[in-house]
Amino acid sequence: MVMDILRFATAGSVDDGKSTLIGRLLYDSKSIFEDQLEAVERTSADRGEEYTNLALLTDGLRAEREQGITIDVAYRYFATPRRKFIIADTPGHIQYTRNMVTGASTADLAVILVDARKGILEQSRRHAFLATLLRVPHLVVAINKMDLVDYDEAVYRRIVDEFTAFATKLEIGDLTFIPISALHGDNVVERSNNMPWYDGPSLLHHLEHVHIASDRNLIDVRFPVQYVIRPHKATDPELHDYRGYAGQVAGGVLKPGDEVVHLPSGLTTTITHIDGPNGPVQEAFPPMSVTLRLADDIDISRGDMIARPHNQPRVAQDLDAMVCWMTDARRLTPRMKLIIKHTTRTARAMVKDVHYRLDVNTLHRDERADGLGLNEIGRITLRVTQPLFVDDYSRNRLTGGFILIDEATHGTVAAGMITDAR
Amino acid sequence: MQRSDYLLSQLDVLEAESIHIIREVAAEFERPVLLFSGGKDSVVMLHLAKKAFWPAAIPFPVMHVDTGHNFPEVIEFRDRRVAELGVRLIVASVQESIDKGRVVEETGRWASRNRLQTTTLLDAIEEHRFDAAFGGARRDEEKARAKERVVSFRDEFGQWDPKNQRPELWNLYNTKIRPGEHVRVFPLSNWTELDVWDYIRREGLEIPSIYFAHTRRVFERDGLLLDDNPYANRGEDEPVFEAMVRYRTVGDMSCTGAVKSTAATLDEVIEEIAATRITERGQTRADDRTSEAAMEDRKKEGYF
Repeated sequence: MVMDILRFATAGSVDDGKSTLIGRLLYDSKSIFEDQLEAVERTSADRGEEYTNLALLTDGLRAEREQGITIDVAYRYFATPRRKFIIADTPGHIQYTRNMVTGASTADLAVILVDARKGILEQSRRHAFLATLLRVPHLVVAINKMDLVDYDEAVYRRIVDEFTAFATKLEIGDLTFIPISALHGDNVVERSNNMPWYDGPSLLHHLEHVHIASDRNLIDVRFPVQYVIRPHKATDPELHDYRGYAGQVAGGVLKPGDEVVHLPSGLTTTITHIDGPNGPVQEAFPPMSVTLRLADDIDISRGDMIARPHNQPRVAQDLDAMVCWMTDARRLTPRMKLIIKHTTRTARAMVKDVHYRLDVNTLHRDERADGLGLNEIGRITLRVTQPLFVDDYSRNRLTGGFILIDEATHGTVAAGMITDAR
Repeated sequence: MQRSDYLLSQLDVLEAESIHIIREVAAEFERPVLLFSGGKDSVVMLHLAKKAFWPAAIPFPVMHVDTGHNFPEVIEFRDRRVAELGVRLIVASVQESIDKGRVVEETGRWASRNRLQTTTLLDAIEEHRFDAAFGGARRDEEKARAKERVVSFRDEFGQWDPKNQRPELWNLYNTKIRPGEHVRVFPLSNWTELDVWDYIRREGLEIPSIYFAHTRRVFERDGLLLDDNPYANRGEDEPVFEAMVRYRTVGDMSCTGAVKSTAATLDEVIEEIAATRITERGQTRADDRTSEAAMEDRKKEGYF
């Protein structure tokens, strides 16, 4: 059996029991070490806290520990015999929306924690919206603190119904509800005896078994050229003419013998060899990093794209996109010029239009908005100085996502998801 | 591998991600350098760099910040590995920094050259005008590292500002810097200690002999087993004894502790790592025990 990787994002605050849940997953999978636990116990005791504050395990920065809040995304790792897990632990408050967007961008699955006593809150809706905006394929609503509502099925049902009603407004691929008590471990690792009315899997069982292999786009061949490999001092005469195009497959399955098209030239040729990290391979698919060799000598450089002649990305300079603005140094406004990085291509872009700002809590569109501030999300149109080879983000996260960089500060100021392009 | 499902193992996915990062940096920076200590993580990183550009040569040099207090077995291994790969090795010497008066040697029993390395490293980056330095640090090592970016910005003083980091989304890395600034790049960010060992076994990589159990003259200090050598400043009250040990991390002889072990083969080492209940840094590094924020503080100054 192949042990694969599941990347999942968790959103919430200490109040939701998020840290307790992560602590339990790490602890029960023996991924917390004794010295880490001792350090946390010591700090907790020094602060006079009644119980060991597992949030201290994930709050890695001094400022976070001092203020008792999670500011930045922390990555945590654990493994079971079936899977390796990468947790992007993100803060839940609205002022950290950008951090959740960041964590969700690479996630296969998002866990949204709901306090059974409080039901669906504004922040639960926001987290669900952000997860779907970033096209996280699987969503788990973990209804926590079931112990505090006497493990009552009616409470669980009410929350499931409420969330399901709200979810119809969103495009959620796969939605799962699990009643848990992170504190007591009910339905976290093992199925709980306290909720005989629940016949689904435990959270960990779900994380171990959720099928993610088909979440990748294996249909549309997309190979952004990252680096041209030409051995200069080849001692081996066979390597004298070696010219390979290295990159990470962003979509589809490539095989030697396949006819491909090079963009922007539009010239077609054939793949002769695919070199993987351990030598030649017979096929390449996401997320493999490989080197392609082609039958014809075409002028190909970094930032170009290789696709199939009858299935090409759009070649576009005008992009419609949902963007999340990530800086408080300045606002996104019309006519603003920025650097855009999309796949392996970097260009300059100008904001042509701000169509609306979205209220991430109510999903209300404010069409009078003249710009976006920190953590605000809206729909804009960009004009790019040179053509990009794009797909809609809903079709392919890697060829549909981009970042915007401030020309002056060089900060990463926005994340963008393409919705249309011309 | 089940071909119909297009499945990749976790090591294949990590390898692909690391190679993508290494190529991205080689493409976008003018003068990258790979920091190579001879330790297991840098061995893996160098191996990945070789794969990333094969059959071409690795398009950047490697650099070792040499405290002068390294284990001789590791220096011997470093030189051999670099020669095998035909890459250029730059040695940045902490002793030279001391001789030039750039730093002052610590004194006393707990004296170590660990912190001095930062100055030597930053001076070398400036001298060679490196704009990107690959490091082998992993996010699972330490909680400040868990917050670090893959491509991590350093200002003109080489400082890390943890509160003002560039968000990293998808597989896109912001590589924009001004002259005098640089980035640290961590291709192994998402690897765990066990992943590194599993990969070393899978790829059949050679690592320094001190990672395997051997007999050594050691003494105990603060719960660490330190090698009895002139740099460790052993006191009269610290008796020497012989023990079967191995090293879990490779650092300076002055502050890197050995662990009692009989694991003499890779399989035995991996079995031991999989069962251990203490982190590698907690078990073996005196330099991390100063305070809960010891690593964060050193990193802000420009440490690895």
